Amino acid sequence: MSAYFTELTLAHFLTLGAILFSLSVAGIFLNRKNVIILLMAIELMLLAVNMNFVAFSRFHGNADGQVFVFFILTVAAAEAAIGLAILVVLFRNRNTINVAELDDLKG
Amino acid sequence: MSIQVLVFYLFGTLLTLSALAVITVRNPVYAALFLVLAFFTSAGIWMLLEVEFLAITLVLVYVGAVMVLFLFVVMMLDINLDRLREGFARYLPVGILVALVMAGELLLIIWTKGAQNLVLDEGNPDGFSNTAYLGERLYTQYLYPFEIAAVILLVAIVAAIALTHRGRREGGRYQDPARQVQVKKDDRVRVISMPAVDQKESDA
Repeated sequence: MSAYFTELTLAHFLTLGAILFSLSVAGIFLNRKNVIILLMAIELMLLAVNMNFVAFSRFHGNADGQVFVFFILTVAAAEAAIGLAILVVLFRNRNTINVAELDDLKG
Repeated sequence: MSIQVLVFYLFGTLLTLSALAVITVRNPVYAALFLVLAFFTSAGIWMLLEVEFLAITLVLVYVGAVMVLFLFVVMMLDINLDRLREGFARYLPVGILVALVMAGELLLIIWTKGAQNLVLDEGNPDGFSNTAYLGERLYTQYLYPFEIAAVILLVAIVAAIALTHRGRREGGRYQDPARQVQVKKDDRVRVISMPAVDQKESDA
């Protein structure tokens, strides 16, 4: 059995974060009309970043990464709350959440 | 192959698959539920890294609060799924291409810069409290950022309510505290002067 399966290294966790991040970028491309899925993809991206922070914090024995993840969680919660509030107002006014139809600011 | 490696690959596979489901399923409700699964499995991986406080916080804050908010909004809005799925097939090749290129670049950096030489060690000694460790940092070194985080949450609450609050509806019944405290005794109680009546005589 190769070295990938004998022991866990920092690279394993960073790889997981990289895959998660790439998937959420692909999600933004695929669902570029649905604001809800876009918000979920952003949450996934933040999760990937948090995974990297936690892994580095653990492998370097430094608490700063964990503290930073704590703050990211706070800001992400605020962002999700305000984003969904904007979404609700948007739907109330336009009766759609399709990104393609939101072109009022186009000159 | 130790139990840790087994758990990592199990949870990592589950996490990747649920993330894939989040971005590909048709129904946003299912996407939200798969996102819950993704957060749950990453909390498991964080437990593997002995980051217990953040793992619990992730489940409490994300699964307990943020995802419930998402589900509320998704179920509240009556959205036309077919219109929103337009372009999914058209953007599939470019999405896959970008994801593959990005993942390739990231993995190239990760696996050539020596990250695979840092092996997961024994970890914290018995009786070590990750919560106490983190709390000590938060309330000393990071006290001011911590306070600012609290203010950010307050601003988020006010902003979310201010955005979605529709104001008072016409014809609704509301209390007016200003008028309530202006009330005088004369507005509520009327003293009427009446002649005294002999009770026995009136009963008879």
